[in-house]
Amino acid sequence: MADIRLERVTKLFKQVRAVDDVELTIADGEFMVLLGPSGCGKTTLLRSIAGLEQLDTGRIFIGDRDVTDLPPRSRRIAMVFQSYAVFPHMTVFENIAFGLRMQKIAGAEVKRRVEGAAELLHIGELLQRYPAQTSGGQRQRIAVARAIAMEPQVLLMDEPLSNLDALLRLEMRAELKRLLGEIGSTTIYVTHDQVEALSMGDRIAVMRSGKLVQVGDPLTIYDAPVDRFVGAFIGNPPMNFLPARIEARDGGLVAALDGAGEVPLGPRTEALAGRDGQELLLGIRAENIEIDVEPRPGGPRGRVLVVEPLGSHNLVTLRIGDEQLKATTRPDATLTRDQEVGVVIDPARIRWLDAERGLAIDAAEAGPGAGQGAPRPEEHEDAAPQAS
Amino acid sequence: MTAEAREAPPGRRRFARQRLIGRAITYLVASLLALFILVPIYLITISALTPRELAFDYPRQLVPREISFDTIAFFINASGVQPAFWRSVAVGVITLVLALSIGAPAGYALARYAFRGRDGFRILVLSTRAFPIVILAIPLAVTYLRIGLDDTILGVALMHTALALPFTVLITSSVFASVPRELEEAAQTLGCHPFQAFLKVSLPLALPGLAAAAIFTWVISWNDVFAAVILTLLNPTLPAKVLTALTQSPIYYQFAAGFVMLLPSMIVIFFIRRYLLGLWGRVVK
Repeated sequence: MADIRLERVTKLFKQVRAVDDVELTIADGEFMVLLGPSGCGKTTLLRSIAGLEQLDTGRIFIGDRDVTDLPPRSRRIAMVFQSYAVFPHMTVFENIAFGLRMQKIAGAEVKRRVEGAAELLHIGELLQRYPAQTSGGQRQRIAVARAIAMEPQVLLMDEPLSNLDALLRLEMRAELKRLLGEIGSTTIYVTHDQVEALSMGDRIAVMRSGKLVQVGDPLTIYDAPVDRFVGAFIGNPPMNFLPARIEARDGGLVAALDGAGEVPLGPRTEALAGRDGQELLLGIRAENIEIDVEPRPGGPRGRVLVVEPLGSHNLVTLRIGDEQLKATTRPDATLTRDQEVGVVIDPARIRWLDAERGLAIDAAEAGPGAGQGAPRPEEHEDAAPQAS
Repeated sequence: MTAEAREAPPGRRRFARQRLIGRAITYLVASLLALFILVPIYLITISALTPRELAFDYPRQLVPREISFDTIAFFINASGVQPAFWRSVAVGVITLVLALSIGAPAGYALARYAFRGRDGFRILVLSTRAFPIVILAIPLAVTYLRIGLDDTILGVALMHTALALPFTVLITSSVFASVPRELEEAAQTLGCHPFQAFLKVSLPLALPGLAAAAIFTWVISWNDVFAAVILTLLNPTLPAKVLTALTQSPIYYQFAAGFVMLLPSMIVIFFIRRYLLGLWGRVVK
């Protein structure tokens, strides 16, 4: 077990900065998810930590050892590859034993550890088979067993669930989380699937174009994204963003939406001090919007474009002014296309962003303070298509 | 046609018919190609196995009435044939060892590393085969005479290595390219030095393909007449011996010679083929 420190890590491919000046510390035993769209550099960063890529600048520490110039075999890591990389010419037993045999561990101990790892992943009965005689899901378990049998200081996982079908992925997600909680090793987990990231990680590091955009626990990332990119990338549906102008009204504040009414914000808050008359972006999650079939006078109103029943709730797309807005309603709500409805936005759940740069206006102090007690993303998100 | 097929929408029926026609054409072409190769082999074989006096029978018997090994025995026992046979085997083996030990690392490098000029190198390797051997032959013979390599097994093997190397490089490179790089990387994260990872993972997985490359190399050497004729005089390889000594022989000896030359290639490829297909099935992909 060990912590991991990345200091100004940069990796170039020709002229492209695949990983750009990344600073990150991962605590001992922590489950850190690297999340981002494809091509954001998350896999390159993981491979750099594994020693499969050479850094251009920066240093990597595992525990108190500087591993920057060490080859993969000396870093005391284990890695699970996206393609599983199970050796086809060895039995499952020999696959799991491979790393132990390289360490010249005695036969009886190898047997004990292989069987222990196989037990944890419920593949005990497959040990004498060849990988060709196993299913995709089983190969995935073999790859994980092979990694944990090493009892590594650091476990690196590169999109381990992305080749599984949806149902199996759901099952493996919970099982991996349980398993990694049990063995307690420091884990870095790369994924492009925000549901996986939210549901598994102790903390999430969101990457874009080689840079770290935001690091925080899942709730903070979900409720208080530092910018428009994170807000739109995390959550399904993505966070809504509406242009709004702050105006003083009767001792309080309102957000005037473009030709769609005003959102009362209540008393003046510190975050919005001195913002009167400014154009901002109002960020709000679908579940924090209520749809009112009888619009209040002066309040924001919109027109129903699409209603998508998803079983546990309905996803409603509204047109509000020139913008589109996604809101969730109870499954028994009856809304029809083109119906005029009121839109009630919970002012406590609004994330204010700078309209030009798309940065949260309290980004400097972005912390767990914002939006406390917001519900975790619900399980229904699994039914929706995965972000890719 | 079944009732089900008759009720199928016209589009699907047309599609099914097209697929049937497509398959028929595939089989037809494949059969023609196979016949093109097999008919001469068959004719040579039965001619070699019929008694000498029947060799000129007309019309030819497609099924021999009588099997006789006399002609073959005579050919095998003719002076110089057996030494030439063993020389050919030796040249083939040396060629195989040399071509693989030079070509396989080159193939590995082509498959695994992106280096400057890789594509150019690939074409350059192949373009050596575009250079006519006839033009090379005289200078090469002169050089061999000067350094004393003429008329030796090693001399012919070196020439065959040069001939076979482009194929060996390209075949082994595609073999190594078919072994996923992640397997080697996984071995490295599990404690292997890069070379150990190669030995323990890539090499065993590439073995069937490497065996194919080896056999192909051996067959190139076994079949070569031209270089062998020019570079040998008293110590010819089998094809050179056949070409020089048997041109004036009766036709049934030529059939026997052809059969004896065919046989080793056929046997080797027959056994290797099973090895190629049977070892790890299609897992490597």
